[in-house]
Amino acid sequence: MITTRQVTKRFGAVLAVDGVDLDVREGDRYGLLGPNGSGKTTLLRMLLGLIFATSGEIEVAGEPVPRRAARVLPMIGSLIEGPAAYGYLSGRANLALLDAAGPEGEGGGRRTRRARVDEALERVGLGGVDRRPVRAYSLGMRQRLGLAAALLRRPRLLILDEPTNGLDPRGIREIRDLLVELNGAGVTVLLSSHLLGEIEQLCTRVGVLDRGRMVIQDELEALRAPTERVVLRTPDADRVAALLDGRVDVRDGDRLIVHAPDAADLNAMLVRAGLRVEEMIRERRSLEELVMQSTGPSSDRVDAKQPERSALPDGITEPEHAEHAEHAERPERPEQPDHPTRATRPEQPEQPQPVSPDGSVPEVDEP
Amino acid sequence: MIQVELMRLVRRPRTWMILTLLCALPILVAVFVAVTNLAPQPGQGPAFLSAVLSDGSLYPAAGLAIVLPVFLPVSVAVLSGDADAGEASTGMPRYLLTRPVARTRLLIAKLTGTMAFVLVAVILVAITSYITGVLAFGSGGLRPVAPTSSSGSIASPVTGTSIGGTISTSLSGTPLTTAQLVERVAYGIGYITVSMLGVAAIALFLSTITDSALGAALGALAALVTSEVLATLDAAASIKPYLPTNYWLAWIDLFREPILWHNVQRGLAIQAIYAAVFLGLAWANFSTKDVTG
Repeated sequence: MITTRQVTKRFGAVLAVDGVDLDVREGDRYGLLGPNGSGKTTLLRMLLGLIFATSGEIEVAGEPVPRRAARVLPMIGSLIEGPAAYGYLSGRANLALLDAAGPEGEGGGRRTRRARVDEALERVGLGGVDRRPVRAYSLGMRQRLGLAAALLRRPRLLILDEPTNGLDPRGIREIRDLLVELNGAGVTVLLSSHLLGEIEQLCTRVGVLDRGRMVIQDELEALRAPTERVVLRTPDADRVAALLDGRVDVRDGDRLIVHAPDAADLNAMLVRAGLRVEEMIRERRSLEELVMQSTGPSSDRVDAKQPERSALPDGITEPEHAEHAEHAERPERPEQPDHPTRATRPEQPEQPQPVSPDGSVPEVDEP
Repeated sequence: MIQVELMRLVRRPRTWMILTLLCALPILVAVFVAVTNLAPQPGQGPAFLSAVLSDGSLYPAAGLAIVLPVFLPVSVAVLSGDADAGEASTGMPRYLLTRPVARTRLLIAKLTGTMAFVLVAVILVAITSYITGVLAFGSGGLRPVAPTSSSGSIASPVTGTSIGGTISTSLSGTPLTTAQLVERVAYGIGYITVSMLGVAAIALFLSTITDSALGAALGALAALVTSEVLATLDAAASIKPYLPTNYWLAWIDLFREPILWHNVQRGLAIQAIYAAVFLGLAWANFSTKDVTG
């Protein structure tokens, strides 16, 4: 559905998007993750022909963008960096106006406009909205209106930049259900977010951007493959530890993390030895860990690199200096993202194993 | 898209606010003049104002002369400057462009909207001024004939006499029938509308290069003020014929008998050139720019 080849965008001296190969397949629910300022929005804008790439190629639904954008845009619904509307018009009037601005054909006829506007409002839960101007809408209502605008033409592809911004938990849930429902009816969904949980619950495929580069791109299932470790909870922790000597990675009271490629074997072994097991779960890597490992600090964090600048009084530079030096080291990533195979096969052994020093990190799954 | 833009303007409260203000200024002037019976000396103050005391039906022309130099260009600059920059601050361009609306069409729609606004504004000013004029001064000849000579316009002073009577008089002193007067007011309306094309194009261009609607509007006004300053400067006499504001008052020639077409034609040509250049620049910039708003 969307393929980009080595897409790069430079704003002056800033490299916003750096050689990205995005691959969204038909029917995907694709989640684009990355810290603030990692280039998500710029990439999405380029897909819509709003921003012109410095180099590289973009193809959406088989057509080159931006050259043939006019042909693909009618089948795309989008929400980029927050909704927009004329504050002095009602939500309904805004949608009608947007719809009238689009091309007449391809399901955009004047006669069906009112019905389509009503349907779109209904879908996002604004069916009963009155005639007050958008100026008076709450943040959540505006967000819903923006989604309704994206759904006006029954798109085949939805490109949504942080679609649940400003919504409360119930609203987020509603939108998630709506997107899953639309996806079930054949709509491909590409959404960006910095909310890991949102992506984890909604998406089938994930791409992670970091400082303009695509560092991970794979099926969510593959990314969250089991780690060959099992989390055990047992009242006989001491005896289990003795029995599994050398295979216990972490011990925390009655909770053990054990290296065991086959959880069923381990279970049988413990039962044979007459040890009681309260809980036994295969450890999975969480998306959060993956993202934290593969990305640097967010760009909205600005640490002082040279705290001994003359502008600062001498007295207070010292303690700050120590703290900042620590942060300054954090951006170093464990390995080079340039490795071409890494973006597609993150489960390779070169990937550092998730480390959980206190044993509390892993997210787990029933065997 | 043009329809959509017109709809948007019609439904925008601000549009009506500006129109009301434009129409209110000539009314305000009329009230003062009628109450005090003190018209400006011929050759001073807005054109035609000296003549209206004797003939209220000339007041549309006076009304247009009152709003033309400042009020109208200001509202055009505000509207046109808002076209891209102001829209961008609401985020609407990205949603219009992904509808999709072609960038060129969006630009044309914005300019058309502004020009439609000017036309409506000028017509409304003419109508309200006519009503005001007739109500305040009567439609001809009841008052004493005031001046015997007037230098009507800045462009080329011509002697004129106001004679009382049921027919209005041209600036050249010869009588104008009502049909002629209506025709000439219509020409005047058309000419003034076209006169605003240059400002609109400049503001539109600035609007595509800045994110601030205010900046674009002020930039266009700065260009006009520069033009007005240079126009009064003898040292800049060589470029005077090419200044965007130079022929703005040429429409007054339409009220002479016979009509002096020379300056009107020059004025139209200058506006066409300014419009072509700045629309070209606006187009070149807008069609290649990254829409980040």
